[in-house]
Amino acid sequence: MNSTSNTPNQEELRRLASREGYTFFGLTLPYLVLVIALIAIPVGWLFYLSFIGRDGTLSLENYERMWKSKAYIKIFITTFKISILTTIICAAIGYPLSYFMSQLSRKWANICMIAVLIPFWTSLLVRTYAWLVLLQKKGLINNILIESGLITEPLKFVHNTTGTLIGMVHIMLPFLILPLYANMRSIDKDCLKAASSLGATPTRAFWTVFLPLTLPGLLAGLLIVFVLCLGFYVTPAILGGGKVIMAAMKISTNIEMYFNWGAASALGVVLLVVTGIILFVASKLISLDQLGNR
Amino acid sequence: MASGFLNKNVSETQIKLKNRIWLYAISFIVLFLLIVPSLVVIPMSFSASQYLEFPPKEWSLRWYENYFFSWKGNGFNDWMSATWTSVKVAVLTIFVATPIGTMAAYGLVNGSSRLSKILFPIFISPMMVPIILVAIGLFYFFVQFKLVNSVLGLVLGHSLVAMPLVLIIVFSALKNYDMNQEKVARSLGATRFRAFREITLPQIKFSIVSASLIAFLTSFDEIIISLFVAGGDNSTITRSMFLALRDQIDPTIAAISTILIIVSSGLLISVQLLGNKDKSS
Repeated sequence: MNSTSNTPNQEELRRLASREGYTFFGLTLPYLVLVIALIAIPVGWLFYLSFIGRDGTLSLENYERMWKSKAYIKIFITTFKISILTTIICAAIGYPLSYFMSQLSRKWANICMIAVLIPFWTSLLVRTYAWLVLLQKKGLINNILIESGLITEPLKFVHNTTGTLIGMVHIMLPFLILPLYANMRSIDKDCLKAASSLGATPTRAFWTVFLPLTLPGLLAGLLIVFVLCLGFYVTPAILGGGKVIMAAMKISTNIEMYFNWGAASALGVVLLVVTGIILFVASKLISLDQLGNR
Repeated sequence: MASGFLNKNVSETQIKLKNRIWLYAISFIVLFLLIVPSLVVIPMSFSASQYLEFPPKEWSLRWYENYFFSWKGNGFNDWMSATWTSVKVAVLTIFVATPIGTMAAYGLVNGSSRLSKILFPIFISPMMVPIILVAIGLFYFFVQFKLVNSVLGLVLGHSLVAMPLVLIIVFSALKNYDMNQEKVARSLGATRFRAFREITLPQIKFSIVSASLIAFLTSFDEIIISLFVAGGDNSTITRSMFLALRDQIDPTIAAISTILIIVSSGLLISVQLLGNKDKSS
């Protein structure tokens, strides 16, 4: 083929290619417009509002309030505590389950997968309500515990941190299992055979070969769970019974009860920035890990 | 026996069965805990008592009656009208999110890699930004345009969260699809649109249908945006449920939950079946 670029034919081809480029961009335009109109502009607006004080002038009072008020500090601590605990519990029970599923034949693994996906697609409210029914004072779990003689007085499972954690782990677990399981499935089984042929004990092969290879999936899962927990609203609102106040609930009450847009926006901006930093740092970590695997 | 499906000899990691017993135990318990708790609402919904006792001592359909026929005041049925709003909004969300998401996926797959590198993170941002922030942002925005409490406002808000899911599903379907087939059609004189409609679309149609079912379910289950943007005559079913749950435990919610479980399991099974169809063809 001739490489001189000025033949009329090639010019025409290039023009066609760039027109195609515009067509493809044009196809993404409605999506882009909706995202800009419904996320960028409203969130930008809130960002601006967060710097407006009670008297309507520019001020930092909404942010100052956050580290001066004990109530806000407590909310941040609760939010992080619940999110970290949920993430750790999800990892502790999700990792063995994903590992178990990755060892099964495809057919059985798919059946187990349905068990993971059904709750994933069942309404969040339904699952939260179910836990409320199970965990309440005269609920099934307390009844079983009392009848078996383990306890005499019903335990308090709901309207506190315990109930919130149980509900949130149940809702978040599939988000951890899905990327982790996909990661474990894609691991080349020969790596482990190689390890054992070189004399590694099964336990050693697991810790030095299998576990490191699953880190990208685990990290992705932990990340999704943690970030979703930070902004979680429905489950703590119902199972926490007003005693467990997380950031998203404070944002909501600031608006519904106090019409304090400045305070709500500032808290929202902090939530967004924290989420953004975590996602940014993690995206670097995950892509580095994946490069390492190649 | 159940152990038939467990690799009898050794696992990948060569750990012996005896040492893996604890693994099986944990896995079965977790799988059990994932599925069974939600199902507890089904027997509850047939209870005759207004207290949430389990197992119910007497059975009745009163909570279903309450859901279907609880006419309030001036002939206005609260639960049913909320359900109707939810269905209406979810169906309209399909018609907004699916075409827009599909078009964007097509554009990103075919366009330059630079374009998709910039746009992809922006397009999945509705999944990244804390939903409560999106909700109050939309509320503030919609107040200016008198879209609060309107079906249109709800459809826009729900489409925003459904579009990334449509995008991801159709994007991965198109990635697995050989675009050269369109080139062949076009070299034979078809326009790009005709090539898409007659060659590509039939081959990715099941992915698009499952994307639209997921868009429906996303909208139908959405709570937080609805909590702020919906209201008055246009409350959605999940919003009404949430408000009812926050205040007191009404067993009618068990009846509604049972119906929701059936609807979402049905949709999930359809999606699973459809998802395999594109791949096998």
